[in-house]
Amino acid sequence: MPELLNYEFMQRAFAAGLLVAIICPIIGTFVAMRRLSMIGDTLSHASLAGIAAGMGAGIYPLWGALIFSIAAAIGVEKLRKRFSQYAELSISIVLSASIGLAVVLISLSKSFNSDLMGYLFGSIIAVNTLDIYIILSLSIIIIISVWLLYKEFFYMAFDEEGAELAGIPTAALNTYFTVLTAMTIVVSMRVVGIMMVSSLMVVPVACSLLISKSFRNTIFLSVIFALISVIIGLFSSYYFDLAPGGSIVLTSVFILLGILVIKKI
Amino acid sequence: MGEEIVRVENITFGYGRINVLDEISTSIMDGDFLGIVGPNGSGKSTLLKIFLGLLKPQKGTVKVFGTDINNFNQWGKIGYIPQKLVFFNQGFPATVEEVVSANLYPIVGLARRISKVHREKVEAALQTVGMSEYKKRLIGKLSGGQQQRVFIAKALVSDPKVIFMDEPTVGIDQKSEESFYELMDFLNKKKGITLAMVTHDIGAIDRRVNRVLCLFEGRLHEHDCIINQNADIFGELYQNQNKSQITHKHRGDN
Repeated sequence: MPELLNYEFMQRAFAAGLLVAIICPIIGTFVAMRRLSMIGDTLSHASLAGIAAGMGAGIYPLWGALIFSIAAAIGVEKLRKRFSQYAELSISIVLSASIGLAVVLISLSKSFNSDLMGYLFGSIIAVNTLDIYIILSLSIIIIISVWLLYKEFFYMAFDEEGAELAGIPTAALNTYFTVLTAMTIVVSMRVVGIMMVSSLMVVPVACSLLISKSFRNTIFLSVIFALISVIIGLFSSYYFDLAPGGSIVLTSVFILLGILVIKKI
Repeated sequence: MGEEIVRVENITFGYGRINVLDEISTSIMDGDFLGIVGPNGSGKSTLLKIFLGLLKPQKGTVKVFGTDINNFNQWGKIGYIPQKLVFFNQGFPATVEEVVSANLYPIVGLARRISKVHREKVEAALQTVGMSEYKKRLIGKLSGGQQQRVFIAKALVSDPKVIFMDEPTVGIDQKSEESFYELMDFLNKKKGITLAMVTHDIGAIDRRVNRVLCLFEGRLHEHDCIINQNADIFGELYQNQNKSQITHKHRGDN
């Protein structure tokens, strides 16, 4: 066993990281296929406001992040119905509101700015046992939900109108899917960081799309690419003292470039 | 007379102040191969979407299989092939088998997994349209005609009584169009599936459909067709399909 895994904090970082590597691309594949890739950024910024609110109010920050990101997810869905022809507009509106709220809440209390760095860019030493329980519980909910509702989410991603006509309760499931996306953000932010969580939902999926042979295969390959990125990213974060979020996402970008080069050859 | 599949009574639908459909009443009967024709903007697709419950009329009632559409829940009985077929995301990484399986929902139900029996239904639907050997291929890698067949299989997999189609032959070549109509004849006459098709291509449907609903300026004109005897009627109906003002002559009209 590599020496770094003797440390408890690294065991926790790897446990959280591997869960993130499974969850992010699963949700990310559906998000990318629905052309809502920006939703990750929007909900992660809502989480930032939640973290700041949680810290300010003395509540555990991940709970604050979960509440704010789910509220933002529901807000996006409500607005999406109002601007049905401009789905991306609803995302931009909630993104703007989230950034504004986060900045105001952070500026109200300057004392926790150093803690925020860990949430913004990820931290391998900051993952505590409570984080692991929250991450594990949310991951189980996400995996079981996608396993049970796979055919519904697939149909809605491929042809939402057809899905509605087949009798799928698309309005309720759209909201539920966005809530699952919000949970994914909260699961991922401790290790990858708010700034880069959206990238881990999108880049492994982009890698997979270049070579996949089916939708199921797209999800499987994107999970593999995310796992490779997280493992390499965490190792380099430990040995070179880098922020884990940056090294994980950069690894996934290098994989993407590698596939593009190989495909050209 | 067979079962009434869809009945609309006095429906009015408009975008803004302009009524595209004005007090229209009609029905689709079991076994019909119905053509819905009319110039651009005459409300053909709107009428189809009202039949399907995708649009709600501002006035009037819609009944599907004898039930008010607001209370109807047997959506597996209805198949739909949308106009946007040619515009769907060609890069979507789904196989033919995955696309057809999607429409198993009315049979399988919410939050239930697809079983071996369901997969056999997918295979049977693909065999009906002659696309079984393509089941592992990505949908975006197929030709327009092949994609069309996959979408028919997708509609067939839930054992529909009626299939609605919106401009189904747009974007496919003439050979594929011929085989598409042969398949439609087979589904209608051998499988007993009722078909309702919006089209602007009157020349292609005149020998195949048994009834035509013609929409013009918010009104509906209905024709019964006798196979191979209607070419001249349709010719008069649309002297020039590219003109925005179309000369209309209907049987019984002066």
